[in-house]
Amino acid sequence: MQRRHPFSIGTSILSILVILGLAVMIYRFVNGLGAISNLSDGRPWGLWISFDLYCGVALAAGGFTLAGAVYIFRLEKYHPVVRPAILTAFLGYTLVILALLVDLGQPWYIWHIIINWNVHSPLFEVGMCVMTYTVVLALEFSPAVFEGLNRSNLPVVRDINWRVPWGVIRAIQIPLVIAGVVLSTLHQSSLGSMLLMMPTTLHALWYSPILPILFLVSAIAVGPAMVIFESTLSNRVFGHRLETDILSGLAKIIPYILGLFLLLKFFELMAVGEIGLIFTAYPYNLLWWGEIIIGSVLPIILFSIPDIRQSRKGVFWTSVLVIMGLIFNRFNVSMLALGMRPGYVYFPHWMEFAISIGLVADALLVVWLAYRFLPIIQHEEMAEVKA
Amino acid sequence: MTVAVLFDANRCIGCRGCQVACKQWNENDEAIPTEENGVDSKNLGSNENPPRLSAHTWTRIRFTELEYNGKFHWVFTKVQCMHCEHPACVAACPVGALTKTAEGPVIYDDNKCFGCRYCMVACPFGIPSFEWEDPLPWIRKCTFCMERLNEGLEPSCVKTCPTNALELGEREELIQKARERIAKAPDKYVDHIYGEKEVGGTSWLYLSPVPFKELGFPELDSEPVTVDAERAMGAVAPVLLGVAATMAGIYWLCKRREKISQDKSTKKETLK
Repeated sequence: MQRRHPFSIGTSILSILVILGLAVMIYRFVNGLGAISNLSDGRPWGLWISFDLYCGVALAAGGFTLAGAVYIFRLEKYHPVVRPAILTAFLGYTLVILALLVDLGQPWYIWHIIINWNVHSPLFEVGMCVMTYTVVLALEFSPAVFEGLNRSNLPVVRDINWRVPWGVIRAIQIPLVIAGVVLSTLHQSSLGSMLLMMPTTLHALWYSPILPILFLVSAIAVGPAMVIFESTLSNRVFGHRLETDILSGLAKIIPYILGLFLLLKFFELMAVGEIGLIFTAYPYNLLWWGEIIIGSVLPIILFSIPDIRQSRKGVFWTSVLVIMGLIFNRFNVSMLALGMRPGYVYFPHWMEFAISIGLVADALLVVWLAYRFLPIIQHEEMAEVKA
Repeated sequence: MTVAVLFDANRCIGCRGCQVACKQWNENDEAIPTEENGVDSKNLGSNENPPRLSAHTWTRIRFTELEYNGKFHWVFTKVQCMHCEHPACVAACPVGALTKTAEGPVIYDDNKCFGCRYCMVACPFGIPSFEWEDPLPWIRKCTFCMERLNEGLEPSCVKTCPTNALELGEREELIQKARERIAKAPDKYVDHIYGEKEVGGTSWLYLSPVPFKELGFPELDSEPVTVDAERAMGAVAPVLLGVAATMAGIYWLCKRREKISQDKSTKKETLK
């Protein structure tokens, strides 16, 4: 780095949040979960499961949707956004795992899931898939690291031929991408299956035997929205400019997937004869309408307007709606519409927020470092050298 | 043949001997709730104590005052793990720390658990508790005194009960017995054995003089709560293979189409 970058305000704030999160984590491991959270027997899963697990995994869906679109469906147009999508997905999954390490009562026994299988448990499947998929994502992203190392001028590093591991990963790229799609399909839907165990506690507006399918479809819809969101922000921060064509192309796909999601939701409610609940089940119906309007109806309308699809601002803010709708939905199913044991109340403790926010800050710092030191956007150099 | 316990609310006098016996046998000490011990002690307006189940209280007697059929009732009901026939906790546990034994009890194994608490979320009766204040926390719930059963002894709560409100026996026989009791005194019992059908049946069965809904028992279907999840998990293997095959197929098709269009364009160029 020839130019010296001053440590900006943004990165200082991020560092403070990271340190605060770490401090709370240490406090948690010394004093137990009860000391830092408002979790209780009445509400055993709280903010971390709703935000870090349920939202985190869904919002990281850009990794498998974009990798699938580019490498399997050969939609070469979206090549420039694959690498950022895979990087953010990898970081997303790392965050999910870190958050689970905080949430688990005894995280040092996490390896128990590798030796004690209960194949009937949706959470077993989620755990195994998240672990495997994180490795797959790391491998999918590794070519960028090898390219970065290949370019670097550090003493020992420059003597190693980084093209060898790079070539190996390139050779197994398609199987890797297929594995990523398969694993994602399984665990994105299994997060929904986890709720199938609660037919009596999850509100009838959300409980449905097709929850796994709804979870998968909404994750596929939010994947491209997340890619639009992230690349627009990174454009602003790092100055790389993506072609509007790519963004509006992604924006064009989203309404179809959201439309499918809406249809499934409505037909399911009608099939079981509970459609009336959307008017009668006050106050839960407000949460339901909120999620549907913000996350599905408005984005479908907005993304169908060509002028909005051609405007960077329009595409960005509509994607924000899709993302907010998904977060709303995941909070509804995993917290707000999920019954508590009688006599308990729950609102997250500030230290629960500190952990979740600290983890997000971790990821943002890593993204910042990656954009600075690794070839994320332009990455055809090595291929040309080889050819 | 599975064991079960029949609880008869008409026989329970609310002495809470079962609570004490449970704590003694399972060595569930808990700080006496006084200010000196740093525990807030509050009069909750009833003789119920402790106010709720916890990692140190695996059973308690719930007190309900109500009017039913123009008559005042003060009903005591015992709350603990129901030891379901199709337990959600067992299906939920990712590491198989909870198991349904052939004898009937649902038991928990510290050596497998890692503290995810899915069992607590999944339980339709809201039973398993967690050691929130402990840096090395485990799940805690009624064990049916499995170690006593293995030695041919009754669970400590059943052993202690002075009025035979709790009876240990074979599940089918107890259901028969309960039916007879209802038939003999139809004015003293509602015609409902709670736990016979609920969520596919439980190993704890209840008789009551008033509807169970009034006593805070959840109203549950006879279908096990695990049915939908089981069906979804059964689809995992076919979905895995199906998606993998479809993706490989699509890749092959798209690649081929690319190649054909490339060949065409090169052909055109050579023709020129």
